[in-house]
Amino acid sequence: MTPWLPSPAVPMALVLACVATCGAWPQDACAEYGDVLLNKRSDRAGVRPVVFPHWFHRIRFQCKVCHSELGFKMRAGANDVLMADIIDGKFCGMCHNGQVAWGAEQCDLCHTGRRGLPSGIYGGHETRGPGKW
Amino acid sequence: MRPHPSRRNRGLRAAGCCAFALAGAAAVWAAGWPSLATDGVHDPKGPAIGVLQEPAEALAKLPPDTTGNRVRWVRALDDGVISPRSAVLPDTQVRLRTSEVLMRRTGEMNMVRFPHREHTAWLDCSNCHDQLFERKAGATKVNMFLILSGEKCGVCHGAVAFPLTECARCHSVQRGSVEAAAFGKELVRP
Repeated sequence: MTPWLPSPAVPMALVLACVATCGAWPQDACAEYGDVLLNKRSDRAGVRPVVFPHWFHRIRFQCKVCHSELGFKMRAGANDVLMADIIDGKFCGMCHNGQVAWGAEQCDLCHTGRRGLPSGIYGGHETRGPGKW
Repeated sequence: MRPHPSRRNRGLRAAGCCAFALAGAAAVWAAGWPSLATDGVHDPKGPAIGVLQEPAEALAKLPPDTTGNRVRWVRALDDGVISPRSAVLPDTQVRLRTSEVLMRRTGEMNMVRFPHREHTAWLDCSNCHDQLFERKAGATKVNMFLILSGEKCGVCHGAVAFPLTECARCHSVQRGSVEAAAFGKELVRP
């Protein structure tokens, strides 16, 4: 029996989809690989949702700092991060305290997302399965 | 003798698809990293645009990859291009491991070599053990269906680590090879 092989149309469709989403229509969400959008409460509270860029943070901190020391669970959406916690120095507030990084009063530097976007991990077709919200 | 028409068509179709795929890949590569204002996730009218670092500015300096966010992150660490902090609390014990685990039951695919060194360079033991994986090698059921659904390895691979299109990076150990023999009959080697 011949082994099952995917039709060559499959990779072609993936490539075209990728070009279409990231090249031609930049307005569609094609954020950097691993960007997390947090919008559990932001829209309702009248502020832009938060964009957390993994790429920016991992240049400066290893994964274990946030996902072990700071207590962020690895499943996107599993963390209920409140501004009160951040101001108390928990989660993002461990560094975003005006000393290591900008403090919580600089709302607009974290609340940078497009209004109305649903929470989740953004950044390419590969992320649709893994990192599910 | 002319080739069988269906075979010729298949050849043409494959060649056409390859050309398409190459052109597409080139277009994606040439497009570079999307800017914050055009990535579709940031609000282009927000006051942070122009203040926050752009991905291209940071990532273009790192060892290039063909996929994900086009950075070889472990190589960036190994080459000393970046030196991210491993702890922020004074009492945290940074745990590094070097043992390797061989996953043998991979069907027709090459076997999977899991290297602790590369993973503990980024992660703490508690990130995977014992929530995602038992500490005992071979005790956890792992399959591609789970991984593609975002479980097990798929919690990171496909979201923040290299994606699941890169089969051979994990399925790297040929049966009967020297590398396979190095494990003997064991699942783990130090």
